[in-house]
Amino acid sequence: MAQRTPLYEAHVAAGARIVEFAGWDMPLNYGSQIEEHTCVRTAAGMFDVSHMTIFDLDGAGAPAFLARVMANDIGKLTAVGQAIYGTLLNDAAGVIDDLIVYRREQGYRAVVNASTGDKVEAHFATQSADFGIGIERRRDLAMVAVQGPSAITRFQQVVDDARASALAPFTSYEAGEMMVGRTGYTGEDGVEAMLPGAAAVSLWRELAALGVKPAGLAARDTLRLEAGLNLYGMDMDESTDPLESNLAWTVAFEPTERDFIGRTALETIKATGSAMKLTGLVLESKGVMRHGQRVVTADGDGTVTSGLFSPTLGYSIALARVPRAAKGKCEVDIRGRRVQARLVRPPFVRHGRKVHG
Amino acid sequence: MSDIPSELKYASSHEWARLEEDGTVTVGISDHAQNALGDVVYVELPELDAIVEAGEEAGVVESVKAASDIYAPIGGTVIAVNSVLEDAPETVNQDPYGDGWFFRIEPNDVADLDELLDADGYGAVCEDDEH
Repeated sequence: MAQRTPLYEAHVAAGARIVEFAGWDMPLNYGSQIEEHTCVRTAAGMFDVSHMTIFDLDGAGAPAFLARVMANDIGKLTAVGQAIYGTLLNDAAGVIDDLIVYRREQGYRAVVNASTGDKVEAHFATQSADFGIGIERRRDLAMVAVQGPSAITRFQQVVDDARASALAPFTSYEAGEMMVGRTGYTGEDGVEAMLPGAAAVSLWRELAALGVKPAGLAARDTLRLEAGLNLYGMDMDESTDPLESNLAWTVAFEPTERDFIGRTALETIKATGSAMKLTGLVLESKGVMRHGQRVVTADGDGTVTSGLFSPTLGYSIALARVPRAAKGKCEVDIRGRRVQARLVRPPFVRHGRKVHG
Repeated sequence: MSDIPSELKYASSHEWARLEEDGTVTVGISDHAQNALGDVVYVELPELDAIVEAGEEAGVVESVKAASDIYAPIGGTVIAVNSVLEDAPETVNQDPYGDGWFFRIEPNDVADLDELLDADGYGAVCEDDEH
């Protein structure tokens, strides 16, 4: 029996098509995923992301612990409320998960994926032994992402808190039991709110009354791919390192004395240069690229890691892991048919507009 | 609950077949199938004059999220394809039993239609799908 979020009843009442995802009954769509996608690009949509895993890390050792387990540098969070995106690596520099960490008045909050919650909990338990910290998995908290050009205005109308509209990107504030971060996974402006279940149900209802449309996992996937954002388990996993996953920007080699897990392996990889890179693909004729399809380039073969039809652009886009030197034209093997494609730098869509000509 | 017109025949792989007055058979995918696929964005149709066998792959329908093969519900020769779907694949979602048809077959033997499911039989297949 899959777990249900506090918003499950609201999804069913809104006509959602429910699917099981990472052990949760989640809304795939509420009718047309393209309409939901467009709504987020042009107005505001809301996502139930209560399946994401939240950990609160407290204690004097928390900064040192996070400096050890994260490839990005927690020391960059110089003020309460700031947030940082990064990865957790294993000793071989393979990606255990990606996460966002928020700095709080007391301690930190880490948000990791739904599918990796147990794995990360075990990893944290193993690694934290010497650090003197408390780790609490917040199964009691729901999470709602409100995304789109008018998302913050609508959210502000509901919460009536001036801090909501004043939030800088990648910062957060807390109001009682609710934490609000100006973060997201769509390439649009917006907030993600973590709050108790009953409060999430009220927030959802009030946002709906203001015309914010619910959007499902299917729209979430098309939005994140257009924005060039990786999905853990598809575009990266424990067999790939962040440098070959388009995440070099999230690896902090400075300060040099910070001994994070995976650092030694990553320095070797950096010195010799990765053989592969993760980059974008646009399909130049009809068809749809999918995960696992072969990419044929002049510099050797690669693989589509995420592929779908872009509702904003009207053609298929993908992320693909290809030889590092590959660029320009290539071909994708779509069920035995070789289709022309072009390698481009992600993202594909920024603030609702096409990035590549 | 999806729409399953009683005058059509169905394959368990979710194609429908309609016998036309001229003895040809029109093929499409069911309302249940289009609903399960979600927004259709690309349809690959068989070649005109292609000879297909019952149960043989005769095209592909791609939604935003997934690709699904289309099988010929009856053997014969493809005598028409719905070119509207090339530029307006969403027609499959909007009108699966009408303008969203896929192709038309001149069947080897019209009696082969009897091998397919009727609306009740297909309805049972859809219910199993949902459980």
